[in-house]
Parts: sequence; C-alpha cells; structure tokens
Amino acid sequence: MKTIHSIAAAFLALGLVSCGGDKKTDSVPTASTETTATAESSGTNAYDPKRGIGKHENVDVSTFDPAMAAEGRKLAEVKCTSCHKPTEEKLVGPGWKGVTQRQTPEWIMNFITNPDPMIDVDPELQKQLELCLVRMPNQGLNDTEARQILEYMREIDGAK
Amino acid sequence: MKSLKFFGLGSVMALLLVSGCKPKGTETAVTGDAAERVYVAPGKYDEYYNFVSGGFNGQVNVYGLPSGRLLKVLPVFSQNPENGYGYSEETKPMLETSHGFIPWDDQHHLSLSQTNGEVDGRWLFANANNTPRVARLDLKTFKTVEILEIPNSAGNHSSPFLTENTEYVVAGTRFAVPTDDQSGDVPIESFKSNFKGVLSFIGIDKQSGEMDLSFQIEAPGINFDLSHAGKKKSGDWFFFSCYNSEKANTLLEVNASQNDKDFIMAVNWKKAAELVKAGKGRKVTTEYAHNKFDESTHTATSTMKKEVIVLSVEDMKDAMFMIPCPKSPHGCDVDPTGEYIVGSGKLAALIPVFSFDKMIKAIADKNFAGEFDGVKVIKYEAALHGEVQKPGLGPLHTEFDGKGNAYTSMFVSSEVVKWNIKDLKVLDRQPTFYSVGHLMIPGGDSAKPFGKYLVAYNKITKDRYLPTGPELAQSAQLYDISGDKMKLLLDFPTFGEPHYAQALPGDMLKDQVKFFRIEDNKHPYATKGEAESKVVREGNKVHVYMTSIRSHFAPDNIEGIRVGDEVYFHVTNLEQDWDIPHGFAIKGAQNAELLIMPGETCTLKWMPKKPGMYPMYCTDFCSALHQEMQGYVRVSPAGSNTPLIYSLNNKKDNAQSPVKAGETK
Repeated sequence: MKTIHSIAAAFLALGLVSCGGDKKTDSVPTASTETTATAESSGTNAYDPKRGIGKHENVDVSTFDPAMAAEGRKLAEVKCTSCHKPTEEKLVGPGWKGVTQRQTPEWIMNFITNPDPMIDVDPELQKQLELCLVRMPNQGLNDTEARQILEYMREIDGAK
Repeated sequence: MKSLKFFGLGSVMALLLVSGCKPKGTETAVTGDAAERVYVAPGKYDEYYNFVSGGFNGQVNVYGLPSGRLLKVLPVFSQNPENGYGYSEETKPMLETSHGFIPWDDQHHLSLSQTNGEVDGRWLFANANNTPRVARLDLKTFKTVEILEIPNSAGNHSSPFLTENTEYVVAGTRFAVPTDDQSGDVPIESFKSNFKGVLSFIGIDKQSGEMDLSFQIEAPGINFDLSHAGKKKSGDWFFFSCYNSEKANTLLEVNASQNDKDFIMAVNWKKAAELVKAGKGRKVTTEYAHNKFDESTHTATSTMKKEVIVLSVEDMKDAMFMIPCPKSPHGCDVDPTGEYIVGSGKLAALIPVFSFDKMIKAIADKNFAGEFDGVKVIKYEAALHGEVQKPGLGPLHTEFDGKGNAYTSMFVSSEVVKWNIKDLKVLDRQPTFYSVGHLMIPGGDSAKPFGKYLVAYNKITKDRYLPTGPELAQSAQLYDISGDKMKLLLDFPTFGEPHYAQALPGDMLKDQVKFFRIEDNKHPYATKGEAESKVVREGNKVHVYMTSIRSHFAPDNIEGIRVGDEVYFHVTNLEQDWDIPHGFAIKGAQNAELLIMPGETCTLKWMPKKPGMYPMYCTDFCSALHQEMQGYVRVSPAGSNTPLIYSLNNKKDNAQSPVKAGETK
C-alpha cells in the first residue's frame, strides 16, 4: 500500500509536470480511495481551498493560550520536527514560520488531521508535493492535539 | 517456443499419468462459475481469515477465503528474517527453552479461542511438535505474544486443543518418554517400565489469555496422536486418540499395528482440576521456559519455571477411561452437539462413531472389558453409536457443517467423504489432489460451524502447478459445501506441510491495531522524537537511539565505533499512520534486518569485525525518497580514539551536516 502511495505520489508529480498543473486527482486505487472518491464526488470545483477537507470549521483564534502552545510544542517535538523546522527553512517538509498567515486555522487543523485526502486536491499542497516529494504522514492527532499544535504554530508566528 | 512445446507435451503426459492412477474428474468437478465464486475484486475483503499451520517452516500462514490469497506469514516458532523476529533483541527471548535458544520448530495444529463453544476472535493457539511448546497469538496485532514450553513431553502432537470456554489448552505427548525427574539415560528395552505418556493441561487467564501449566497427567506409556474437548453436555471431558497400545519401540510400522484396536482416552478435565485443588498429585522437579511479549515495551522476557504437578493413573481412576477404537486412530473429533465422538482408525476400513451418553452409561454400569495399565477399558459396543462402513481408505480427520453432516479426509484414497452423523450413510465423495491430511470448515470443530466452505490440506501436490524442480509447494483445495454435493472451487499453493487450520469470519476481527501509539511506547530505549536521538557509549557497548520517518534516519551518520564494540541500534519508527513500517539493515550484520511498525521500537545488535565504512539503509520502500533513507557508520580499529560523533540530517544545505558528540557513561 505504501508503495502504491508513493507511486501515486510520483504519478501525481509527473501529472503536474507534464500537464501543467492539471488538478484532476490520479485514479490509482489506494486505501484512501473512499475519501478520495468523496472529494471527487463533491467535485473539485466544490473544494474550498480556504477550509480544506475535514470536520474543522470556524476555529476560534481570538485569544492566545500559552499553555496550549506549550503542549503543542511538546507534541511537535515527537511527531513533527523530524520534518519541519520552526523557521522558514525547508527540511523534509516546509518550515512552519508564516504558515498561520498563509493558511486559515480551519485549513491547518483539517490538513494536519486529514492529510491524504487534502493532498489529493488542494492546489497549494500539490505544489508542495512537487517540491518535497513526500506525502505528509498522518500522525494520528486527535482534535485537542491538533488545536495545540495550531496554537504552537501561532506562537511561532508571534501570537501573544 | 521450444519450451512452450515442451510444456504442452509435459502436461499431456502428466494428464495421462493422472488419469492412469490418480483420482479422476477434477476438471469436471469444477463447475463453470467456480472462478467467479472465488473472485474477490481488488480492494474488497475476503469473507474469512484462514489460519494455516506452517508445518516444518514453523510459522502460521494466513489466507483469505474464498480467494486463497496469502494475507500474511506470522512468525511463531522460527526466526523470520523478513521482520527480524527471533533475531531482534526484543524477540530473541521468545525462542528460549530449557535447551537454550531454538530457532526452529515443526508447527502442526491451531486452535482459535472459544466462548460457549463458538470461536470468539481473541487468540490463536499454535503448537510446536519438536521441542514441545504452545504459543498464543493476539488477533488484534497478529503477533506471537506468549510461548510456553511443555516439560515431561516429546513430540507435542495432540495439541493445542481447547475447552469450550478456553479454560484449558491441552498438550498430549506423541512420544512416550521417561519423565524429567527420572533419568532418560535408560536402555530402550526398559520402554514398558520407564516410559510414560504425559498429558498437559495449560490454564488460560480469562482476561489476559496468559498461560500457566496447571497440571499434567501421567498416563500409560503409549503415543497420543490428536485430541478434542467435548462441548455442551460433554464439555467437562477431553478425548485423545492413542496408538501403539502394543508399546513397541522398534519398527513401529509393523510392531505398532499388531492390535486390532487401540484406544480413545476420555479424561474428565474438570475432575482432574478438582483433584489438583484438593492437593492430589506429586510435585515434579523439571525446567521449562515461559516467554511473554509485552506490547507496551515491545519486548519479550523469558522465565524458567522449575516445578509441575503431576497426577497419576491412580489419582485419575474415576476420571480417565479408555474406549477401544479400531486400529491406530488419528483424528478424534467431537460433533457440534457434543454427543458424537468420531475416531478415525487410519488403518481401519471403517469409521467408528462413539456416543457420549452411552459412554457415561457404560461407566455408571461398570460395563468394562478390563484394564490397561490401571485405566479401565469401556466395552467397545457399550460406547459405540455405530460405524460408517466402507467410507474410503485411510480416514484421518473429520469436520462438521452444523447441519448434521460430517466430512472425513481419506489419505490413501485421496478424497473427502461426506456422511450423515445419525444414520452413518455416505452422502457424497470428492477427489483431492493428493493425499489429503486435515480438513477445515470455518468453525467446523466448534459448536457453531459456518458450513459454507471446506478446505482440504494436501500433503502431495504433483501435477497441480508449474514444475519447480523436485520440490513442489503443497496445496489446499477449497470446496463449496453449501449444497447437497461438494463442489471444488479452487486450489492454491501452501507452505509445506500444512497440517490443521482454523478460520473465522473476517468481520469478527474489527478491532485490529493499525499502529502503536507513540505516547504509549514504554520501551526503555524508545526515542520519542528526533530531538531525543543520540549515541551513548557504555564501555564497549554503544547504544544508538535512532528514529525513522519518511524518509530519513536520525542520526544518519555515526563515527567513533571500534572493532570489538557491541552496537545496539534501537530504532523507533515515528510514523503514526498505518502500514508505514520502516526497515533497518547494516552491512555485515550477522543476524537479520529489522522491520519496525509505526510507533514501535526494535533493536538490532551489530558487532563489526573489521574497520571500514558501513552503510545502513531502510529496506522497506517507504516513499519516493526511500532510496535516500540511508547513512554510514565509521568503524575504526580496536583501541583507536576516533571521537564518538553523529550527525542529524537537519540542515538546509546538508552537504556537510552538523555533528553532535556522543555521550559516554
């Protein structure tokens, strides 16, 4: 399955290169076929690039919670920092600095809890995949953990 | 072209040979829609998991039914280089015994745990025949989690069969041997006086499944072949088939076939357990290993036990009886109602079926024919329900469909014979290819068979697949038994030699572990996050706390290892997504690779023999950048003072990575 994943990723990358960014997802069957199908059936046009795919909407970021950010940092050191730096520097994946300005809180929460289906359709993620060539692994985050990581990302970007 | 012609001719010749002397009619036996009925489309699941014994490769193999697709090979009693089982530091203790580390065994029979006589999908038990052991596999992870050695035994053949609520798993010895507290250094001529046939009853903890050798019964020195527990009304009893009642010890194929009848031994295990509770039995000093795998530390431990309680024939006088059974009974199978006990006299031209009610009545009426080494022998006719006449040649094993029918494998005449349990009439027969051993119907030895399919496990497979030199894969054959007549649907190759098997519906296993939560990893050398990666020297031992994630190791380069060092790579897979294992291999390793599941920590011991630069890499293709998942270990001569440093692949321009100093304790 993982091989198919990486083949799918390669195909996707090839597709992007040869067809100049055709947004249609590849139809290689993978374990995420069902979720992909859902994304497709709703139509790529229906995809909201500001929100992504997932259950998170209207994430309240009106106040900053330093305790939550501290928890997020601990989590990140187990699950994220093998591939992401808190600076702008790219490691395996892009650096986190500035991500909360580029993306909405909903998009970030949805992506980090539901990476595969979003990588398949999101134009920004497809561009990143072409650069990084590694699909972001699902790290099995629950909703609280995802929110804590978002808070840590906001802290990196200067939230107080 | 030439080879095609050759094959064509070969097949024709093979067909001629087949029609000459082998069972006829496979081609016609396969109906037109057979392929359709076993076709499972990509992405669709099979109906059943079929757990098949790995025979002399020591493992358990899992197939999907009806497709016959191999789903997994589960290492149990043999080292497995594919994933490092029995090679990694964590799993080596699983193969410890009182004889030391044993990397192989002969795996024969399997038993799925039961509740109220029905399969419940919790555990799978497996026996090791050669160095007697019983293993328990956890069906949440499909991992071997416990192995218990069986003392006072040799050839653990009538094993591992379970009582209907998984209270006990049994292990009856095939070889009569002197018990461990008597010296085995005795003349073979003293067989009749010194040799005993010990039956072991292993208690199973209701919640954890953990095994404990509760007691043993020192039965007469004959060979125990197979067994099954009773169910429902016969649930307190265990039945064992016995051969060599002659107690011969040379040229057994002649000398153990002298008596017209051997026995089925009936043991009331509930009474035996009560006797032990009441303080009966002698304590025998012996040694046997108890190995357990802890899923939170991902690590096994081995403990040596020193004592076991053994009940004598005298202790068991009201709880153990012999029933005469025509010639060398092999299978000993109890029907779903618990009333009928089918003995399969493999040298007899009939199948005897015993009645539990009649057996109980015969005991109450003292309807005995005499004694065998102090065990009362019930009169054959007093316990007999009836005989299936001329069923075929070489009856071995019987399974049940839950609709009143029994299916018996015929080794010599290579066929499966269906017969009615009540009136004992033969209803149908189908050829197998060839020399069938065990049969399996999902749930077919339980109180609730799923009587839709039957699988025959064949010991010979000539003419079934493309030739592969003198050795061929053995075969399993799938029959549809939903109608009046059996229909052959499919055959597929198996690991040799498949013995018994078990199967359950796939939807019974819904709570599969998909990855290990990194938060729950209690391995003492776990590295939870790349920031914790480090290299620590303790004298000549070097511990590498390494992480892996798509697509790099941390650290990825290590210098300062010296010849004479014992290097322990403790690799933690940081992935938290399922089916993303990472491998780890290093040049010159004398054991194997590791295959580390998401969230797991595994350890490979490596002792470099000469100075040099040693590449290491991930063996399991994990992403488009899998080939980049690699690193180097520099080994200097013994006694050199190359500083212990390592690099973390964490710089944008990593042409020259930053290095950290290793720690020394």
